[in-house]
Amino acid sequence: MTQPILIQNARTIDPASGLDEVMDVLLADGVIAQVGTDIEHPSHAQIIDATALILAPGLIDLKVKTGEPGFEHRETLQSAGHAAAAGGVTTIVIAPDTQPVIDDAALVEYIRRSSRGTSLVNILPAGALTQGLHGEQIAEIGLMSEAGAVLFSNGDTGIPNADIMGKALSYAGAFNALVSCRPEDASLTGRGVMHSGELSSRLGLKGIPIAAETIAIARDIALAEYTGGRLLIDQVSSAAGIAMVRDAKAKGLEIYCTVSVHHLTLNELDVGEYRTFARLSPPLRAESDRQGLITALCDGTIDAIVSGHDPRPAEEKRLPFAESSAGACGLETLLSGALSLVHHGDAELSVVLGALTSGPADLLDLPAGRIAANAPADLILFDLEQPWVCDAGQLLSKSKNTPFDGRRMQGLTHATLVAGAVVFDREGRCK
Amino acid sequence: MTTEDYRFAQPHFLGIAGLNRPEAESLLDLADDYVEQSRRTQKNSDKLRGLTQINLFFEPSTRTQSSFEIAGKRLGMDVINMALGTSSVAKGETLIDTAVTLNAMHPDLLVVRHSASGAAELLSQKVDCAVVNAGDGQHEHPTQALLDALTIRRALGSLDGLRIAICGDITHSRVARSNVALLNLLAAEVRLCGPPTLLPSDADRWGADVFHNMDEAVVGCDVVMVLRLQSERMDQAAIPSTREYFKFYGLDRNRLAKANPGALVMHPGPMNRGVEIDSDVADDPAISLVTKQVEMGVAVRMAVLDMLATTRMEAAK
Repeated sequence: MTQPILIQNARTIDPASGLDEVMDVLLADGVIAQVGTDIEHPSHAQIIDATALILAPGLIDLKVKTGEPGFEHRETLQSAGHAAAAGGVTTIVIAPDTQPVIDDAALVEYIRRSSRGTSLVNILPAGALTQGLHGEQIAEIGLMSEAGAVLFSNGDTGIPNADIMGKALSYAGAFNALVSCRPEDASLTGRGVMHSGELSSRLGLKGIPIAAETIAIARDIALAEYTGGRLLIDQVSSAAGIAMVRDAKAKGLEIYCTVSVHHLTLNELDVGEYRTFARLSPPLRAESDRQGLITALCDGTIDAIVSGHDPRPAEEKRLPFAESSAGACGLETLLSGALSLVHHGDAELSVVLGALTSGPADLLDLPAGRIAANAPADLILFDLEQPWVCDAGQLLSKSKNTPFDGRRMQGLTHATLVAGAVVFDREGRCK
Repeated sequence: MTTEDYRFAQPHFLGIAGLNRPEAESLLDLADDYVEQSRRTQKNSDKLRGLTQINLFFEPSTRTQSSFEIAGKRLGMDVINMALGTSSVAKGETLIDTAVTLNAMHPDLLVVRHSASGAAELLSQKVDCAVVNAGDGQHEHPTQALLDALTIRRALGSLDGLRIAICGDITHSRVARSNVALLNLLAAEVRLCGPPTLLPSDADRWGADVFHNMDEAVVGCDVVMVLRLQSERMDQAAIPSTREYFKFYGLDRNRLAKANPGALVMHPGPMNRGVEIDSDVADDPAISLVTKQVEMGVAVRMAVLDMLATTRMEAAK
């Protein structure tokens, strides 16, 4: 049993309820015991003075890749846990694109078991939507749901066959399972490596047109409407794509979407002189696309901001641009990156935090992601203003690829608590 | 007036869809008599002696074909089996060509099974004899529905107000379609249950309540009818694996315990043991009606053949 903790004088923000006041919060037995002012502290409680810090629910990241099992040189569940804790992320959903693919109840159980005790944060496995992620045969969604898979995704590849995508959406309905799919028409993406536009043509790099995304979104929305399935569209990157999601939601369909923090804060220009750290999948798009995504974040079209954490070691990035792997680490920069939207006046703090906490919690029906009595005591303390410079070399991830490398950031996690215990303490204030 | 005035007197027997309740009950009543006849040592009568019945099976079938063959012989008819998977059809003859050819041989009854929905109906327009639908594609299998109803009626007295769950691969099942229609006609409450990929999304408009959770579907049921998973009819696999299917849609004793006490189990056969049904349940004579269904099959087919032949002979007078 962990010692009760009383967090005093923090500006307490709970996006789910709209709370934003200086409050005291008492944690006991892994849950939030009390939220209020002048809470009488139990004699044996540890006191954390959080004056000038913000207390918020821990972040919930729906899209994280590690390399375990199969690619442990990229990231392990343990190293991802450390990175998450340092970034203020208390729950991560592990994508099924591992080796072997997480397409079997025993592998779902393996992820849960091997993360217990080694990872500082909560790890929730996502199951594969199709066997081996081959897009040909529905995976055992029922058995994996029972084993604890929280959503079903085909990883970073779309399902080319519309009939199979429709059957997957339909079948998942029997288990009320959430289906997540990357909107990407593989034939249009081809061997493209960045956003298709003037810049790609000047750089001589093969482009990925926005149509590769919009065609897939249109198809999957139509299939969700036909089958009545619940669909989470993973990492929309374009203004045209997000507008289609907005329209589908207006029709009352159970369509949800995520956007990565990178697509909200960076654009194709960050590729600059062939910076492979900015090679992402989906690619960073034009500034007008980024603006469209920000508008969608503010009007509630975007349900969750994800890190899209995809660690890639140097040998996959120190290559000519088109030969490098796509992907970026994101766990440690998720909060700071998202806070830049607040500092630039693009979005309200409560909106940004909502899309990082209660938004994803609601999609998975988790009790976490809020500050309320009896909610899990998964919390973060952060300084909204603190400036720092992102140095990829300092990342706790085993891989060091971040497009924010060298960038001036504002806002930093100070402490992270999971189930009422401090798992990260940057400045030693929680001693 | 007696029910005799409303007895089944149509020229063909193509589906349950064209029946009304007295017609259906007249067939069941007559079938009851044939159950008794079939249990005697001397089972054959000469009621339809001199008539010719052709069993025209474009799809391989063992039990239905032999059931019709025995039924025809017990009524004294000459029965000829034609398994067409291997003969003229393989040489490119169309369904209608085959029908016209057979029609020239003057059969009185043509029993047809075909993999295409609507095939029996099409055939009935091209021949002079009475056509019995022994299963057309994913459309109807009306004698199966009759034998199921007779089995239930003899086991429980009446179908009125019974709650019956039909579980499994509904999409590919002609048995389910005929059963929903007949059970509704006989005033039973019908439930359909299966994974969404094997249950048409508008099946709730067939006159049945639709479930995707079998534990919920069997609650309060008097009969649980389990259908065969028809992998051979699927374009693309509609379920991930047979082990997941059995876990969520297989009928075992635990799941059956959620139905009414004394609930009975049926299966049209052939069974995929360990896929849609546990042998433990299928083979327990106290709850399984599976072998009774086979017995009733011969009786209802005798009734159907008899009434069609009688109607023809009366019309010829």
